[in-house]
Amino acid sequence: MHDVLSHLALGFSVALSLKNFAYCFLGVFLGTLIGVLPGVGPLVTIAMLLPITFGLDPVSSLIMLAGIFYGAQYGGSTTAILVNMPGEVSSAVTAIDGYQMARQGRAGPALAVAALSSFVAGIISTIVVAFFGPLVGQWALEFGAAEYFSLMVMGLVFSAVLAHGDLVKSLAMVLVGLMFGLVGTDVTSGMPRFSFGIAELLDGIGFTVVAVGLFAVAEIVQNLAQTEKVEVFSKDVKDLMPTWADIKASTWPALRGTVLGSLFGALPGITASVASFSAYMLEKKLAKDPSRFGHGAIEGVAAPEAANNAAAQTHFIPTLTLGIPATAVMALVLGALTMQGIQPGPQVMTSRPELFWGLVASFVVGNVLLLVLNLPLVGLWARLTQVPYRWLFPAIIVFATIGNYSLNNSAMDVYLCAGAGVLGYVFAKLDCQPAPLILGYVLGPMLEENLRRALLMNEGSFSVFVSRPISLVFLGISFVLLAAMVVPSLRRGRERATEDGDAG
Amino acid sequence: MKPGLLGNRDVLAGLLFAAIGAAGFTVALAYPFGSVQQMGPGYFPRVLGVLLMGFGAVIFLRGLRRAEAVPGRWGWFALTVVTVSMVAFGWLMERVGLVPSLAVLVLVSAYAGPEFRWREALLLTVVLCLLAVAIFVWGLGLPYPLFAWEFGS
Repeated sequence: MHDVLSHLALGFSVALSLKNFAYCFLGVFLGTLIGVLPGVGPLVTIAMLLPITFGLDPVSSLIMLAGIFYGAQYGGSTTAILVNMPGEVSSAVTAIDGYQMARQGRAGPALAVAALSSFVAGIISTIVVAFFGPLVGQWALEFGAAEYFSLMVMGLVFSAVLAHGDLVKSLAMVLVGLMFGLVGTDVTSGMPRFSFGIAELLDGIGFTVVAVGLFAVAEIVQNLAQTEKVEVFSKDVKDLMPTWADIKASTWPALRGTVLGSLFGALPGITASVASFSAYMLEKKLAKDPSRFGHGAIEGVAAPEAANNAAAQTHFIPTLTLGIPATAVMALVLGALTMQGIQPGPQVMTSRPELFWGLVASFVVGNVLLLVLNLPLVGLWARLTQVPYRWLFPAIIVFATIGNYSLNNSAMDVYLCAGAGVLGYVFAKLDCQPAPLILGYVLGPMLEENLRRALLMNEGSFSVFVSRPISLVFLGISFVLLAAMVVPSLRRGRERATEDGDAG
Repeated sequence: MKPGLLGNRDVLAGLLFAAIGAAGFTVALAYPFGSVQQMGPGYFPRVLGVLLMGFGAVIFLRGLRRAEAVPGRWGWFALTVVTVSMVAFGWLMERVGLVPSLAVLVLVSAYAGPEFRWREALLLTVVLCLLAVAIFVWGLGLPYPLFAWEFGS
C-alpha cells in the first residue's frame, strides 16, 4: 500500500511535469479530433500518429500514445452516438442505444452520460492498474520459456474465440499472422527467412505496415465499395445536461461495466469490444424491462462505455508487465516502445519505474482532460462528424502512407502496406477477422523463440508445458475454451450473440 | 440460389488459407529442419504451413456444404485505384520529391470514391499537401525534398 502510494507520487511527478502534461493534452486532443471522424478507429488513429511520437523520449511518447488511444476511443463513441458509424467494434455496442437516443433528440444526454461513465471507469481502472500491475509483474518474474509460450497460446486462442465470426477461420487467421511474423532474420540461427532477397525484409515486415494495410486501407476500400447513406444527428446537440433520472439510471450500469471491463481488459487477447458487449448483455439481463434496449436505453450507453474505457486502461497490464499485447492497438504501443529501445516485460517495472508509474498517473490526468475537452467542445466534435467521407478517406490515406514511409524512409514499406491492404480487403470480404491475424503476427517471433528455448532446455520433450503448473493452467484454459466452442449448443449461442452485436 | 465455386465465401477462404500454407511450407523446405530439441529455422514455418493447409481444407469442405455466397459486390475498382495510388506514391517519392508524390496520391486515391468531383479533389490536394508538408517536414523535420528530379540511376 505504502509502496503504491510512493510510486504513484513518483508517477504524478512525471505525468504532471509541464512537458508530459502538454504531450498528454496533445495526445488526448489529437486522438479525439481524429477518432471522432466517422470511420476512423483508434487503431488507425494511432498508426497514423505514431511517427509524430517517435521524436519524443520514451516516457513522453508512451504518455502521448496512451492519450491518443483513449482520446480516439472516446471520439469513436461520439461518432457512434451521432452518426451510427462507429470507428471500431467496441463503439458499435454504444451505437445500438446511443444512436436511438440521438434519434429521439436526446443526443446531448447520451454524449454526457458516455463521457461521465468513461471518466468514472477510467479513474477506477487506473487504480486497478496501479495495484495489480506490480503484482502481475512480480508473478511474471518467475515465468520461464514454457510459461510464456503457454500464455501466448492462451492469448491467441482468446483472440480467435472472441473475434466476431467463425472460430475456424479466426484460428486460421492466427496461423497466417504467425507465418507473416516469421518474415525476416531468424533470431536463433541468424538465417533470413521469407525475405526473397529483398534487403528491406531482413528486419521483418514493419508492424504499422501490416496494421495500416489490414485495417485502414482495407476498411477504406470496404467503405467506398458500399454506398449507404446515414442520417446524422449532429445538429440536435443542444441540451447536454442529463436529467437526474438519467444519472441515477446510469450509475450502477457504469460501475458494473467498469468491473467487467477492468477484468476483461487484463486478460490477453480479449478486446475492448468483448468487454463492452458483455457489459451491454449484462445490463439487458438485469433490466426490469429488457425490451427498452435497442430503443434508446441510457443504461445501454453507460455500461458499454464504462467497460470500454476500463478495458482500454487495464489492457496496459499484460502489455507492459508481460510484454504481451492484449489487442492490436496494444501491439502498436508495444511496437512503439520496442522502437524506443525498451523491451517490455516484468523487468520494466523495476528498471524503468518512471515509465510505468508515469503512465499510470497520466491515465488520471488524461481522463480529466478528456472530460474537460469533451463536455464543452461537444459541439465542435459533432460538427466534425459531418465531414464528408470523400474528403476524409484521401486524408487518411495520405497520413497513413507518409507515416509508413517515414518510419524507415522506405518505399518498400509503402508497397507492402498497399499489398496488406489488398489482402485485408479480400479477407474482410471472405468474412475473416483481421484482429487474430495481427495478434498472431506480433506474437509469432516470441512464440517461436520461447517454444524453441523451452524444448531445448527440456531435451525436446513437450512434457515441460504440462509439468509446470502455471503453464498447465494457461494451456488448460485455452483447451477448455476451444472445447466449449466446439460444443454445438454453445456455438449456436455465440453466433446469435455476435449477430446481435453486429446489428448495431 | 446457390453460389458458384467462385462466389462461395468459405470455399474461397479455404483456398486462400491453403495457398498461404502451401507457399510457406514450400519456401521453408529450403531451411534446415533440425530436431524437436534443436529446432532449425525451417521447423516452425513447416509446422505452420501444414496446419494452415489443414485449416484451409476444413474451411473449403465446409464451404462446399454450407454454400454461403460472398456478401455484397467486390469493390475491385476502389481497391485497384487505392492500391495504385499508394504504389505510385512510393515510387515517385524517391524520384520527384514529396509535393508531386503527394499530389498524385491524393488525386488518384480520391478518384476511388463514388462521388469524385474535380474541383473538390484539386482543392483537397492543395490543402492536404500543405498540411502534410507543415506537419512532417516543417514540424517533425523529416528530411524530404519538396521537389526533386532524380531519374537515371
